[in-house]
Amino acid sequence: MIGKVKIIKPGFFSTIQDEGRFGFAKFGVPRSGAMDQTSFNFANSLLGNNKNDTCIEWAFQPPVLQFSEPTSISVTGAETDCFLNGESIKMYHQIKVEKGGVLTMNFCKTNVYGYVGIKDGFQTPKVLSSRSFYKEITPQFLLKENDKIEYKSSQSFYDQFSNLSVPSFINDENELLVFKGPEFDQLSEKQKLALFTSRYTVSNMANRMAIQLEEGLPNDIQPILTSPVLPGTVQLTPSGNIIVLMRDCQTTGGYPRILQLSEKSIDHIAQKRANGQFSFQLIV
Amino acid sequence: MEYKLQYKRYSENAILIEWPSEIDENLHQNLLCFKKIIETELVKLIVEVISGYNSLLIVYHVPINNIYDKISLLKSLYLPNAVDDTVKNVLWKIPVCYSPTLAQDLEQFSKVKSMTINELISLHTATRYRVYFIGFLPGFLYLGGLDKKLHLPRKKSPSLNIRKGSVAIGGNQTGIYPMNSPGGWHVIGESPVSFFDVNNNVPCFAKPGDLVQFVSVDIEEYNDISSRIVESDYQLESIVL
Repeated sequence: MIGKVKIIKPGFFSTIQDEGRFGFAKFGVPRSGAMDQTSFNFANSLLGNNKNDTCIEWAFQPPVLQFSEPTSISVTGAETDCFLNGESIKMYHQIKVEKGGVLTMNFCKTNVYGYVGIKDGFQTPKVLSSRSFYKEITPQFLLKENDKIEYKSSQSFYDQFSNLSVPSFINDENELLVFKGPEFDQLSEKQKLALFTSRYTVSNMANRMAIQLEEGLPNDIQPILTSPVLPGTVQLTPSGNIIVLMRDCQTTGGYPRILQLSEKSIDHIAQKRANGQFSFQLIV
Repeated sequence: MEYKLQYKRYSENAILIEWPSEIDENLHQNLLCFKKIIETELVKLIVEVISGYNSLLIVYHVPINNIYDKISLLKSLYLPNAVDDTVKNVLWKIPVCYSPTLAQDLEQFSKVKSMTINELISLHTATRYRVYFIGFLPGFLYLGGLDKKLHLPRKKSPSLNIRKGSVAIGGNQTGIYPMNSPGGWHVIGESPVSFFDVNNNVPCFAKPGDLVQFVSVDIEEYNDISSRIVESDYQLESIVL
């Protein structure tokens, strides 16, 4: 039986995300996918879902959702107080939802991105092998009020991890692990030293495409011929700004690529709010 | 010509291969040949190979444990002088309406370059541009070969909305915006042709190695082609090379 989630309030930048759209970068199609893959994976594993099943993702302000048929859900990521039909429920638990149940969540207390998982995932259209929202690829790119998103209704309760609780919500890691980028060796010794001894701060210019840092690095490296980039690529612009590319980034870029974040570190920086600090640590 | 390639770890699960830093047709043919070999030989190991002017990024399914083994394997697959002569490259004839009513920067461009619009059109349509790769936006072709006389630095501040189909020049490059987007290039024409369609199995008709030539059409032809595209009654002119 098909159920529908009604978006009563859309929240802030709420989207449908899976692991991402792989194999289409050769057509210039961004990878997309959940900003914090660790929290996203938790949401699915709590429900016994497939790894690539979709969740609803939001930033800071969660949506309000009403479920037309019975199912199971989970809430992970940025810490928030959540309520099912007005009663407090726990994050990082499997939650049984009855017909007509309403999930409300408060503004997130910490971090940025939150996730609601549902048994078997939200069934929005799959485009180029993925359901992750992206403008001009999927029919819509943001959830709006009164949208109705289909899911497969389920009465079953997945026992295996029903008591799984996570020690802490998000590991607020202050050391981001990085590889040397292809243009790293063009930096001077002084620049390299600065890169690994300075504290860096997330600016308020941050979205699903990229995060700009407050601090810069004086730059005298030449621009490069347009070349491939990935989520987690750290670019140095001609004016000396440092930009960390995120999940919705373009597939190619012309700025020197000085570092590359590890997969886990992409999740960590995604969850940092403006003014959140960290340092880069080289993977050896 | 033999190229000295550099192999670099890019991330947990990606390796970058770099040719010398130049935009060159022969280098690009060698790069496309290696890309095809990798995609064929390592099909089970890789998610995809992303290409630029002078580099290939090989993305593996799982984290790379022994980077030296992976690089050795790649090196053993490389054929220094090879080009892929089995591939059928196509010349695509792209209709473009060079009209000030459609192209916001056309008059300004011709003024700055001190040439008439007709001179601009004949220069821009004379070249067969090589498709080097697709990036920036879904379906955006990076084309090589723009006549030096048409080079013009990008705008200082980008336009907020460049329309889908806009044909533009930025620096030493020319291209077509496949969707509405902000952009810093000078718009000199508009094409009714769609360069990216998610409903097609292969969402872009052009591929790296193909050639693109612009064909000037007037506003009536432009409108006619536009409506034929809507009715699925339009076949883009193309020549297999």
